[in-house]
Amino acid sequence: MNKQMIPLAIFSALVIFLAIGLTLDPKDVPSPLIGKPAANFNLQKLYSDETFSPNELKGEPWILNIWASWCVSCRQEHQLFVDLAKEQLITIVGLNYKDTPAEAKAWLKELGNPYQVTVQDPNGQAGIDWGVYGVPETFVMDSQGIIRYKFTGPLTKKRIKQILLPLLSELKDNKTQVK
Amino acid sequence: MIPEIGHFSLIIGLAFAFVLATVPLFGNHHKHTALMQLAVPAAVGQFLFLALSFGCLLYSFTVDDFSVKYVADNSNTQLPMIFKVSATWGAHEGSLLLWAWILTGWALAVSLFSKTLPLSLQSKMLSVLGMVTIGFILFILLTSNPFERLLEIPQEGRSLNPLLQDIGLAIHPPVLYMGYVGMAVTFAFAIAVLLEGKFEMAWARWAKTWAIVAWAFLTLGISLGSWWAYYELGWGGWWFWDPVENASLLPWIIATALIHSLSITASRGSFQSWTLLLAILAFSLSLLGVFLVRSGVITSVHAFATDPTRGIYILVFLVVVVGASLSLYASHAHKVTQRKEFSLLSKDTLLLLNNVILVTMMATVLLGTLYPLILDALGVAKLSVGAPYFNSVMLPLTVPLALLMGLGFATHWREDSSKRLLSRLWLPAVASLLVAFLVPLLLLPDVSGLAILGLLMSSWIAFTALIWLLKENSTGLVKPNMQKFGSALAHIGFAVTLTGITITSIYSIEKDVRLEPGQSYQINEYQFKFIGVQQKQVDNYLASEGHIKVFIDDKLLTELYPQKRTYMSQVMPMTEAGIDAELSRDLFVALGEKLDETAWSVRIQYKPFIRWIWLGSILMAIGGVLTLFQRRKKVKPENANVAEVNA
Amino acid sequence: MKIHFLLRSIFFSFLTFTALMHTANASIETYPFDTAQQEKDYNILIDELRCLVCQNQNLADSNAELAQDLRRQVHTMLVTEKKDKDSVVKFMVERYGDFVLYNPPVKSQTLLLWTGPFIFLLLGIGFLMRIIRQSNSVQPSNNKEAEDTASKSE
Repeated sequence: MNKQMIPLAIFSALVIFLAIGLTLDPKDVPSPLIGKPAANFNLQKLYSDETFSPNELKGEPWILNIWASWCVSCRQEHQLFVDLAKEQLITIVGLNYKDTPAEAKAWLKELGNPYQVTVQDPNGQAGIDWGVYGVPETFVMDSQGIIRYKFTGPLTKKRIKQILLPLLSELKDNKTQVK
Repeated sequence: MIPEIGHFSLIIGLAFAFVLATVPLFGNHHKHTALMQLAVPAAVGQFLFLALSFGCLLYSFTVDDFSVKYVADNSNTQLPMIFKVSATWGAHEGSLLLWAWILTGWALAVSLFSKTLPLSLQSKMLSVLGMVTIGFILFILLTSNPFERLLEIPQEGRSLNPLLQDIGLAIHPPVLYMGYVGMAVTFAFAIAVLLEGKFEMAWARWAKTWAIVAWAFLTLGISLGSWWAYYELGWGGWWFWDPVENASLLPWIIATALIHSLSITASRGSFQSWTLLLAILAFSLSLLGVFLVRSGVITSVHAFATDPTRGIYILVFLVVVVGASLSLYASHAHKVTQRKEFSLLSKDTLLLLNNVILVTMMATVLLGTLYPLILDALGVAKLSVGAPYFNSVMLPLTVPLALLMGLGFATHWREDSSKRLLSRLWLPAVASLLVAFLVPLLLLPDVSGLAILGLLMSSWIAFTALIWLLKENSTGLVKPNMQKFGSALAHIGFAVTLTGITITSIYSIEKDVRLEPGQSYQINEYQFKFIGVQQKQVDNYLASEGHIKVFIDDKLLTELYPQKRTYMSQVMPMTEAGIDAELSRDLFVALGEKLDETAWSVRIQYKPFIRWIWLGSILMAIGGVLTLFQRRKKVKPENANVAEVNA
Repeated sequence: MKIHFLLRSIFFSFLTFTALMHTANASIETYPFDTAQQEKDYNILIDELRCLVCQNQNLADSNAELAQDLRRQVHTMLVTEKKDKDSVVKFMVERYGDFVLYNPPVKSQTLLLWTGPFIFLLLGIGFLMRIIRQSNSVQPSNNKEAEDTASKSE
């Protein structure tokens, strides 16, 4: 009698996993870079001929927002960045991903520019170093230059309220925990 | 009007399904013959109304009724008629309706062709089928209604995904579903037998017929899918271990085990509860497949676009059906357990070992497919399990399977001696070794260990099957015993597929080259000369058509016309390969992109023996069906079997 | 649960959109190689690396722009930087995680995956052996006549 209950037992375990599976997103890829130092880059700025590197931001926490003029979801989140920049909570750097300068500038002119610095990554090479696989993506770095969080997909009011703001206040208090 | 009739027919079909599910069981309980016999008209009723429903949906497609949301989403006026027809099952809702209709078709067939079974068993089976049908119709009515109307009727539909605008869509899903759904018959049989409390050998013979027919459809369905992916996707691949593909392979593996297990039960009367468990497992895997493909828990190009509500429904349905049947098994299986004596070296052992390996293979594919989900659910990690894993683990399992196949042919039931066995096996062993070593040495470009192994396995199976056919069959090939001939053919078909897989996996050549018009590229003895590219407007797409001439020793062999198509409603271009197909090899050319003013990038592939893969599966299916045409020796009431299958 | 699904659909639409918007025409590149080994490694790598924006496709089969970028990256690392296959794999995993590998690495989390098939087989054979031993201590059944006629027809 015992032996014949094994199939039912296995099935029950399987069902539990499938049920949990319904709540998951199979395409959501967590970043392995969290807790690691942010990759360096030396990219040309959008509004000048100089280059910019994240090393210039050592000693303060900062945000990197990856965007493009051809990206519809980026439009959705952009106003939130503009608002965030107004509050001057943190330095926001924009990385214009696989785009052209003319279209990028026009886009920012139309929607507003929240970025302290905007850099260009026309061939996506820097993006690969950051594990970028879609747009928009947003990274939060602490004052040591360690990546603390990655948002894949557009930022929302909820994500700002629940994740970003608490994280920012934690970073402000200089609680640096390297995982 | 028509869509409403379609919708209403579905509801009436549900009513018939309800009658089918309850009345015969009730009649069974009270030994009321007339009520049990009501199963047949109920089965007819649900079939007719589901047919009507499906017909209405089909009609809506043919007349471009875009007031029906499903039609608007999947068709448009420019679509050729055959694709309008196949678009009916091109997406979730319509394919489910097809599924439900096919289910009623099987139930009808069972009601008409189970006269040799006792009425109590038959009525239980049909009730179970009725219950499953209720589940599917409710699923359609509650979450996936294809007859939903649009308040604002669009002028033009959205059209069918260009990948689906192909003859493949016309045949692959219906054939596949016939197999997938057909597993419900042996499932219902198993439940009925458990409820009945005993398992007669003659019943096993009856069930084997249905298992084989469903299995044959599934074999062909999977093979069609592979062939379609091969020429349609343009990359020369024929199996990707994609979760949706695996979902169709899982019931196929168990159905194969089931057929062999039913053989044991039909011949020796033993392993009844194991056979029943396999029957339950086969259909459970079909349902699991429905869940995986339509719930969104896995990522696949083949997956239907769905929402989580549907996933929840299917999961609940799965829990109810499989949970109830496995509970029934747990409580009733002991009634149908019977053991016969057999020694270690016997056909019984070998067939059981075959079952062990097949179930292991199924468990392996299931493990690999669900592993990412399991780790994600446990919050442990996010990883991918793909072709490299499956190829690595399935090969070591195929080797003992092939070995056992050969041994199984040569061994007697109940007990055998190793001495006698060796005397039967030395000839095929030597012949296989000769083939395995000589073919690569003499005929193939180079000698590879894996090629030798693959050829050894295939020829071993083929030779042992042939010798079995010739020896055991007392009347020889003049008046063949159809059952033995079919069985041998099916196994040889497997060997053919195995040969195809071996050779094409090892000896395929693929090159991406840049070619100017007039330039050639050489692979083996074939010279591929690139002539140029022309623009063409066809039906509902614009094509860049390449022209490639293939020469052997400066003699023109064939001309290939690969295309890059941009469909009117799409942004992405599709690749249509130019293929020259022969039994010994395929020449496969795909157009890349324009590199400059005149040069194009071109992918050229040489795929040896690839047709053997699908040819083998056709032989398997034919062989399986042939075993059903048996010569009647003694017609005893309890041994009477179906002499002709309802092909 | 509902908001979770909403987030999921936003996320999914962003991925789909980015994948579709920037899908170019070709995924047939004519990359040059210095050695046959490089070409072999390249083909193995693009088969085993996953395209993250696609619906379960490897880099070899995908038209997506990210796939093109990553193929270019693989080629550059193998041919220009003369790195070996393992370095390329390490590079990808560092940035995208184990998810990018279709050939799951052998580590503690995948132990069950890689040993599973073998364990299943052993369990099955063990189970079978027990049944054979048990059946050999069982009395022959009363259905002998039916069995003999049946075995003749098989």
